[in-house]
Amino acid sequence: MMLIDCPHCGPRAQEEFTYERTRDSVVPLDAAPAAAMATLYARANPRGEEDEIWRHTLGCRGWLELRRHRMTHAIVAVRPLGPAVLP
Amino acid sequence: MSGAALTFTFDGKTYAARPGQTLAAALLDNGVAVVARSFKYHRPRGVMAAGVEEPSALVTVGEGGRAEPNTRATDVFVYQGLVARSQNVWPSLAFDVGAINGLASRLIPAGFYYKTFFGPPRRWMVYERFIRKAAGLGPAPADADPDSFDHRAAFCDVLVVGAGPAGLAAALAATQAGQRVMLVEQDSVPGGALLREDVRIDGVGGPEWAAQAVAQIRAGGGRVLLRATATGYWDGNLVSVVQRLAEPGQVPAAAAPVQRLWKVRCGKVLLATGAIERPLAFGGNDRPGVMLAQAVRAYVRRHGVVPGRRAVVATSNDDGYRTAFALADAGAQVVAVLDSRAAPDSAIVDQARGRFAVLTDARPIDTRARGQRLATVIAQVGGGEQRLAADLLAMSGGFTPVAHLHKQAGGDLAWDAAAQAFVPGTARQAQASIGAAAGGHDLAAILAQGWAAGSGGAPRGFAVDDPLGMGTPAGAAEVPQAARGKAFVDFQNDVTLSDIDLAWREGYRSVEHLKRYTTLGMGTDQGKTGNMAALARLAQAQGVDIPQAGLTTFRPPYTPTTLGAFAGAAVGEHAGPVRRLRLHQAHDDLGAAWQPVGYWFRPRSYPRAGESLGAASLREARMVRQSLGMVDVSTLATFEVSGPDAAALLEMACATTIGRLGVGRGRYTVMLREDGLVMDDGTAWRLAEQRYLLTSSTGGADRMAQHLSWLRNVMAPHLKVSVVNVQEHLGAVALAGPQAARVLAGLTGAEAPAHMRCTRAVLAGVDVLILAASYSGERAFEVYAPGHQLRAVWNALHGAAVAAGGGAYGLDAMDHLRVEKGHVVIGAEVDGRVSAHDIGLGGMLRKSGGFVGWQGQQRLAIATASGRRQLVGLTVIGGQALPEGAMLVTQEGQEPLGHVTTAAPRVAGEGWIGLALLSDGRARDGQELLAWSATRNLRVPVRVCDPVFYDREGARYRD
Repeated sequence: MMLIDCPHCGPRAQEEFTYERTRDSVVPLDAAPAAAMATLYARANPRGEEDEIWRHTLGCRGWLELRRHRMTHAIVAVRPLGPAVLP
Repeated sequence: MSGAALTFTFDGKTYAARPGQTLAAALLDNGVAVVARSFKYHRPRGVMAAGVEEPSALVTVGEGGRAEPNTRATDVFVYQGLVARSQNVWPSLAFDVGAINGLASRLIPAGFYYKTFFGPPRRWMVYERFIRKAAGLGPAPADADPDSFDHRAAFCDVLVVGAGPAGLAAALAATQAGQRVMLVEQDSVPGGALLREDVRIDGVGGPEWAAQAVAQIRAGGGRVLLRATATGYWDGNLVSVVQRLAEPGQVPAAAAPVQRLWKVRCGKVLLATGAIERPLAFGGNDRPGVMLAQAVRAYVRRHGVVPGRRAVVATSNDDGYRTAFALADAGAQVVAVLDSRAAPDSAIVDQARGRFAVLTDARPIDTRARGQRLATVIAQVGGGEQRLAADLLAMSGGFTPVAHLHKQAGGDLAWDAAAQAFVPGTARQAQASIGAAAGGHDLAAILAQGWAAGSGGAPRGFAVDDPLGMGTPAGAAEVPQAARGKAFVDFQNDVTLSDIDLAWREGYRSVEHLKRYTTLGMGTDQGKTGNMAALARLAQAQGVDIPQAGLTTFRPPYTPTTLGAFAGAAVGEHAGPVRRLRLHQAHDDLGAAWQPVGYWFRPRSYPRAGESLGAASLREARMVRQSLGMVDVSTLATFEVSGPDAAALLEMACATTIGRLGVGRGRYTVMLREDGLVMDDGTAWRLAEQRYLLTSSTGGADRMAQHLSWLRNVMAPHLKVSVVNVQEHLGAVALAGPQAARVLAGLTGAEAPAHMRCTRAVLAGVDVLILAASYSGERAFEVYAPGHQLRAVWNALHGAAVAAGGGAYGLDAMDHLRVEKGHVVIGAEVDGRVSAHDIGLGGMLRKSGGFVGWQGQQRLAIATASGRRQLVGLTVIGGQALPEGAMLVTQEGQEPLGHVTTAAPRVAGEGWIGLALLSDGRARDGQELLAWSATRNLRVPVRVCDPVFYDREGARYRD
C-alpha cells in the first residue's frame, strides 16, 4: 500500500486517499465537444510516469496532484490543488 | 504414546497427542495414514509435508461457527478437545464413492472445466450438478463466526519474516544495533530448519539456540510474534501479518480476538522465509506413505514420530541423505537411498554408503499399495528395475526458495542454475532476502549472512557443529520422460504430468494459459510444492531452459487467510454507520415504520393499529391532497454556495440557468455527468446577492459533495467562492397540501412565500428558512431550521397540521404523490443511462453550454432521440397492481422495449399507475403493452400515457 506524502498532513497510508482520475482526462469546460470527448475517452495510458488527481478523503479532504510511475508505483511528486489563497 | 497429555478426535474417533504436535504429527503418531481424499479423483491421501505447503492433508477443524474448512493438518497445533473431520468424502474416508472419479478420470481430463464452459451452451448446466458434489473441498460453515477479529498497525525499522537461523541472526543483530525490530514466524516455536536438524550453534543445540535468540531479541526491545504469517507485501514497504491467537476451531481466551491482522510499515524488510522442498514426479507419488524428505526429518526430530518402519529415500541432492540418517537414528530401516545423480560425490554420500544401500542413477518410477498405504517402490536403477518393499518413501526433488513476498514487493527473480531454482534478484523496495530464501544452504554461511543483514554490515562468525557436514544441493527438478500411472505435479488440484503434456499438445504454450487450463497451482496451496515440476515439464516440452518458460504471478495472501481477518471489527452492526434523523424520536413516537435508505433510517409510513403499510401510505397521500401533510426531508443534500463567483460555480455544476435568478427566488435544476447523462437533480435558491442554497437528492448527497469540491478545487481554483455542506447542520420539514399556506402563515405570522420563492421567518421562536417548492403537486414549503432546533419546529407544525386535519406522512406516500406528478427520482428513473432529453428536461438545458456535460450531451448517441428510452406514464388496464421493475413487451417472451421504473396506486383516483423508461416512448402514447415479470410470473396490461397524471397545468401549487 502506497505511502502518500500529503502536503498538508505528511506521509499517510494510501487507504486514507481516493484516486480520482488522470490529469489528462480532465475535460476543460470550454473545450469543443469533439475535443472534450477525445479527452474523456481516449487516454494516453503510458507505461511510465503520469499525473493523477487524488483526494485525501479520510484525512484533510484536500485535493492533490501526484506524479506517479504506473509500473513501480513510485510517487515522484505531490502538490496540492485548490485555491492558492482562500477567498 | 509417551508424554501424551492431550486428546483430540478425527472423524469421531478419539486419539492422544503430545503438546506441541501438529495435527498431522499426531495423526501419523497414531498410525492414521489416510487423512483426506483428493480434489478431483478422490484418491486416498496422507500427510506429505510438515509445513504450510502441505497440499493433501486438508481437514475441517472445529465445530459450528468455528469450523475452519481446508485447514492444513500440518498447520494446526493440537489442543485439548480439537475436533477434526475429513472432507470431500462420502460416505466415509475409507470407502468413498467419489473415487469412481478416479476410474472415470478419462472423462474429466485436464481442461475439463474449460471445455464444458466453452462447449455447447447447456453442457456445463448438466455437469455442474454432479461436479459440484464430487469435486471440492470442505464446506464453509453455515453458522456465524462467534469470535472476533482485530486489526492493528505497527511500525518498525526492521521487519524480519521467518524465525529460522537466518531470521534469528538478523533480528538479533538488528536488536543489538539499536533498531526497532519486529520478527514474525508462522510456526508456534522459533527455529525453522533448526527444529529438524541435529546441529549445534555456538555449542548449543539448534532449538535451544533459537529459543535463547528470541529471548535476547525480546529483552532488547524487539517484538516477536509467533503463529504470525506475513501474508502480503505491499507498496510503501507495508507488510500484512495475520497472527493466530487461537488455533483453528479453538475457543480463544476470554474477550480476546481469535486472529489479529497487523499492518506493519517497515523501514527495511528482511525475508528469511526459507525454502520448500519439491516432490518427485512418478507413478502413484501421492500414496499415503510418500512424503517430502525434510518433512520426514521434521516429524522424526521435532515431533518424535517415525512415519514408517521401512523407508526408501529418493533424492536428487545431498540434503535427502540427512533424512536417511535421521530415520536410521530413530530406529527405522532404511531400505535404500535412490540418488538420481550418476556419480554423487560428497562427504555425506560417503558416510551414507557405509550405512545404507546407496543406488545411483536411481529414481522411483512407480509405487504399489497394500490397502491404501504405500507397500512397494518400483525403482529404475541404471537400465534396470528394482522392487523395494517399503511403507515410507521420503523424496527430495530439490528446493524452491520462498520468494513470494519478494515478488509481491515488485522484486525480480534470478535463475540459479546450480540449484535449478529461482532465487530473489533485484529488489524494488527496501528489502533483502536471506538464508534459504536467498538460495543459501550452508548453515554457518546463512547465520553470517543473516547477522550482516541485520547489523548493517558488521560481520560475526558462528561456530556451527554439524556432524553430517553440509551437502551441496545440486541437480533438482527431476523430470521423467514418461511416467507410469498418475504422476502428480499439483497434488491438491490433481494435476498430473500427463495433464501438462495434454495441455501442451492442445496448444497451451504460455505458463499462464497452462495454469488456467489445467488448474495447476490454483488450489489453496497455490502450487507451493508443485509449480516448479510443472514448469520444468513445460520448459522441457518447449525445448527451453526453465527461466524462459516463465512464471505465474505471486499474489497475496501467501497462505489462505480467514475472511474475518480482513473484515476485522467491521462486521454486524459495525459493518457500516447507521444514520438516524434528528427527529428519529418524534417519528418513533408517531409509530413510524422504518425504511433503510442508504445509511439512513427514514419513516416509510405511520400505520395505524391494524392498518397495512400500503393502506397507511395511501391514506397519508390522500391526506396531503385533501388537507395537508408533513414529511421529514432533512436527508436532502444541502450546500451553501457563497461569494462573488457563487453563481459562476453553480453554473458549472448545474445545466440550467442560475445567474439570472433574482434574490429570494429558486429554480429546479439538473446536474449532468461529463458524459452528458443525468447525475442528479435539485433546486437552487438565491438567498442573498452572493449567497445561494443548493439542494440535491438524498441518495446522491455524498457524490454531489465530492462533485462540488472537485469543481471548486480542481476545475475552478481561481473562483472567489465558498462551498459549505450544510446537510448536517440544517434539518428540514416539508409541509404540503391545500391547507399548507394557511397553517404556515398562522405559525409565522407572515404570508407564506409564493411558489419558487424563499423567505426567512420565525416559527416557534426559531429562525427558519422557508422555500416554496412542490414535489407533491400541492402547495408546499420546505422549512429549514438548525438541527438542534428542528424538534420545536416539527412540534409546532405537527400540532397545527393535526388541528387542520392533516399529519405526518412517510416515504411511500411521498412516492405515490410524485409519481402522480411525473417527477423523476434519482436511482429509479435517473439510472445513470438517461439524458435530460430522455426524461423530458431537455428544454431546461443552457444553450450557451459551459456546464459539466454540455459537450457530452451533444454526443450523437444521446442527441439522437430515435431508439432511446424515454420517460412515459403507464396506466394499468384493469385492477391489478403494477410490478416495479417489470419488462415492457408487446407480448410475453418478446424482447423488452423498456421497464417499469416506479409504480404507485392513484392518489387522486383509483387503480394503479407508474412511470417507465420506454424505447421511443413519447411516440407510443396510447399504445397497449404488457408489463411482464418472468421471475415473479406477473403479467399486467398497461397503456402508455403522459407521465403527468395530476394537475398538468400546475394550478394547485400556484397561488
